[in-house]
Amino acid sequence: MSLIGRSVKRLEDRPLLTGSGRFAADITVPGMLYMRIVRSPVAFGRLAGLRIAEALAHPGAVAVWTAEDVADIPPIGFRMTLVPGLEPYRQPILADGHVRFVGEPVAAVFAADPYTAEDIADLVAPEIEPLAPCLHPAAPPREYAPGRSTEATVIAKAYGDLDAAFAGAHAVVVLELTIGRHSGVPLETRGAIAVPEADSGILRLYGAAKVPHYNRQALAAMLGLPLDRIHLHEGHVGGGFGIRGELYPEDVLTCAAVMRLGRPVKWIEDRYEHLVAANQSRGSVHRVRAAVDEHGLIVGLDDEFWFDQGAYLRTHGVVVADLTCAMLPGPYVIPAYRSVGHVRLTNKTPCGTYRAPGRFEASFVRERLVDAIADRLGLDPIVVRRRNFIAKTAMPFRREFSALGTEIVYDTGDYAGLLGKFLNRVGWETLRADVARRRQAGEMIGLGLGFFVEKSGLGPFDDVRITLGGDGAIEVITGAASVGQGVETVMAQICADGLGTGLDHIRVIHGQTDRIARGMGAFASRVTVMTGAAVTIAAAKLRDRLLAEAGRLLQTAPDRLAVIGDRVVVCDAPSGPSLDLAAIARSAGGELTADATFTAEHMTYPYGVHLAQVRIERDSCAITVERFFVGYDVGRAVNPMLVEGQIAGGAAQGIGASLLEEFVHDASGQPQSVTLADYLMPTISEIPTIEVALFEDAPTPLNPLGVKGAGEAGIAAAGAAIAAAVDDALGRPGAVRQLPITPNRLHALLAELPAEQH
Amino acid sequence: MKPVSFRYFAPRTVDQALELLATHGGEGKILAGGQSLVPAMNFRLARPASLIDINRIDSLDYVREDGGELRIGALARHARFEGPVAGGALGAFLPRVARHIGHLPIRTRGTFCGSIAHADPASEWCLLAATLDAGFLVVSRRGRRNVRPNEYFVGALTTILEPDELLTEIRLPLLGEDWRTGFAEFSRRAGDFALAMCAAFLRFEDDRIVEARIGLGGATDRPSRIAAAEALLTGSEGAPDIFREAGNIAAETIDPLEDIHASAEYRRDLVRAMVARALDQASAR
Repeated sequence: MSLIGRSVKRLEDRPLLTGSGRFAADITVPGMLYMRIVRSPVAFGRLAGLRIAEALAHPGAVAVWTAEDVADIPPIGFRMTLVPGLEPYRQPILADGHVRFVGEPVAAVFAADPYTAEDIADLVAPEIEPLAPCLHPAAPPREYAPGRSTEATVIAKAYGDLDAAFAGAHAVVVLELTIGRHSGVPLETRGAIAVPEADSGILRLYGAAKVPHYNRQALAAMLGLPLDRIHLHEGHVGGGFGIRGELYPEDVLTCAAVMRLGRPVKWIEDRYEHLVAANQSRGSVHRVRAAVDEHGLIVGLDDEFWFDQGAYLRTHGVVVADLTCAMLPGPYVIPAYRSVGHVRLTNKTPCGTYRAPGRFEASFVRERLVDAIADRLGLDPIVVRRRNFIAKTAMPFRREFSALGTEIVYDTGDYAGLLGKFLNRVGWETLRADVARRRQAGEMIGLGLGFFVEKSGLGPFDDVRITLGGDGAIEVITGAASVGQGVETVMAQICADGLGTGLDHIRVIHGQTDRIARGMGAFASRVTVMTGAAVTIAAAKLRDRLLAEAGRLLQTAPDRLAVIGDRVVVCDAPSGPSLDLAAIARSAGGELTADATFTAEHMTYPYGVHLAQVRIERDSCAITVERFFVGYDVGRAVNPMLVEGQIAGGAAQGIGASLLEEFVHDASGQPQSVTLADYLMPTISEIPTIEVALFEDAPTPLNPLGVKGAGEAGIAAAGAAIAAAVDDALGRPGAVRQLPITPNRLHALLAELPAEQH
Repeated sequence: MKPVSFRYFAPRTVDQALELLATHGGEGKILAGGQSLVPAMNFRLARPASLIDINRIDSLDYVREDGGELRIGALARHARFEGPVAGGALGAFLPRVARHIGHLPIRTRGTFCGSIAHADPASEWCLLAATLDAGFLVVSRRGRRNVRPNEYFVGALTTILEPDELLTEIRLPLLGEDWRTGFAEFSRRAGDFALAMCAAFLRFEDDRIVEARIGLGGATDRPSRIAAAEALLTGSEGAPDIFREAGNIAAETIDPLEDIHASAEYRRDLVRAMVARALDQASAR
């Protein structure tokens, strides 16, 4: 029986459940120094100087660095961007000349223990002449640096005759929508432990996540190290969500400190630092309009938005704005389209990608717009969606632009089919009847829906090596990374399925740059698609080699042999002579190995729908998500339980983003959400059971398994669905124009409601 | 997020604690449950030079009925009030309030008296103490005094406690069976600080309210009773309309706090809602 499609329990859970996980902070080596970062207390100002004499005089001070001390190290470059000319917006590893956000590193302190390091950091006095901060992305651009505007670039994607579409429209629907600034907040904060290896001269950086191979190259280049003198190592990772594992100033500083101070250096981010210095995302303002015919068919869509990039362009460059432009059309045909995104620098924490970058925002904007169209024309929002869906027969469907450097071609999909099956599965008519009955009884309750197209499986490549050892152990070495999503289990399932073995002897390696030369890591819902495909190919090769060797030993044609468990048997005589896999490997010279590379030029596009049922308490403005459904076509699920887990976790973050989570700043740019008492993550009390309906009706032809990604499906349209549900509960379509819908904002909305509804 | 260095003392008796407070209290802090103090120290917002840890003073760990009062010693943890600790209307009321305090790990360590000493505007126990006109037993080497809430609470996180003083006991009236009680709180998530809350105590005789105590917390810098609302209710039969009116009075009386979670206007409306809910609850019992 195939292991693909089975909800195998996670192989990686034993150490996590027994308290023997090894996270960044668990790594301690003798003679270690601790680094503490001194951060800007001011949102924007001229850094006139730093008084460090008192800090240096502290008996525990090993070193105190300012920008001058690291002037030879360049700013952190871009991992992802095709837009030229953005270099002036890169972040220096220590602030130089100006400070541009509260939390920006201005000095690094090194001491033998974290308490002393923090005591010394207290003694460093930055001399900052405050300047008026830029806080709103849609405010007129101003000078960022001499000759540089706060508008770093403008991303535009367009096709079709937009003017004609609007000129001939039956109606034009216009919305202004705002998405709050929020981010992934992993349970484990960032950490970097850089260790010099005396005998080999290799610098090892622990605490890596997401993209160890890329970061290794970037660090080597920044620090002037030969590539073979630095390795990155990923341990257990307590959540990533796109923000953890990118290259940050602190990673560079710990490595530089090892090179200069000759001792291991540890840095563990505290929660305050995390909430001011790790990547944030999402903050944007959209002005969008649709030209529609009398049936609700969208004939033109025109969006302009302003993205709150924060103080610098980090490793992602302008990817979030790029993806927003690219993914806004979603599942609808839309014959004429334009999206223009202004990437604006502000004096807030810099932004990067956070789970479903561009799609959470775009889905909110697009689905709000579709609901508004339905309201304007007096149509059922579901009917409007059906009329605009790209037909199954139109697949593959090409958008006339690219995303992440790849042409957008929706590979497979049956959007109307999924919506129909989903509504059937959730009992749509019954849900509506229940809501109507409770509304009659006086409750404020509503249902809302959002459809989305996801992207997944970003290339360009992934390498895998599978080795069967003479002891029978099977090692699957990948260049993937694990941020908790179940990589080890899924890769083991694919490997075992391809070989014909069980899972017991398979060990999956990820996130170790000294085990495999290249690796892309874990982002963009890519690992099961890309690494999984490479494992499929490598497993097939290894199986062929195994059977060839076994055929030689058994004097039987390989095509008459099969792997069953840990033995090779003769197909038509299973009780006859057989060989132990380990023995075959030993006979073949000690081990058998197969390498494979999978390459992909195009992403694969899964799709789905979110449905929320919310209840509002009129007197307190409380909003409760009573039920949350996700329908998703993943092409093929390697492990349905893990796909559902991914979706449930994403949906929890989506609910947080829609109702609770927001980085708020005061008028001087001081962040107000710097503890978990003010940056409100949803807890188990705020999240209902996430009801997932998984479908496998549209497998992709782009990889051997037919799988699409699942990492970001749970969050993509959560904002759209919850906003629509709140509208429905209020009985006022289009009321919600801003996320998150906090009680404070709902209070203001309710005050606008006509009196008879109070 | 590591605290500044401090001297640490762990007295075994109240006398030893008072002796230490007399010497180090000026730049020191008392450590009981530590659920507010320790995070503040880790953020370096609080930088006490000395910590006087009273957790080993076993004589302060009690909750007992005595003379028509519930006496709560300085080491009684919040979690203790989730179970039965007393009879009467108060005994039934306490568990309903206790479960709103933070989360279980916080309730397991944090103390009733520590919460009163900290005087957070969103403290449930401060609200209860203010509403029921609790007695606050305060001792120092200079002597002891019994303070009342209207004098004790000065403002947010500010009380009349002197640096050498230890709050050793809170005394709450047990309340007879003729009292009916209600409690309503709004926070953004389960366990968060209250944005507004109301504790309502109504004593009925012959189906009329003869005594009313309406306390508000979370909405203003310190807990307070709403005398005008209490006066309105006293003598009435306690119908929903008059409860709404009491809510309106409370909302108009206060000067609400403002923060990123609630504007003044929203808080005012929350007060309206919480007073009405607490009174509805009290009348239903």
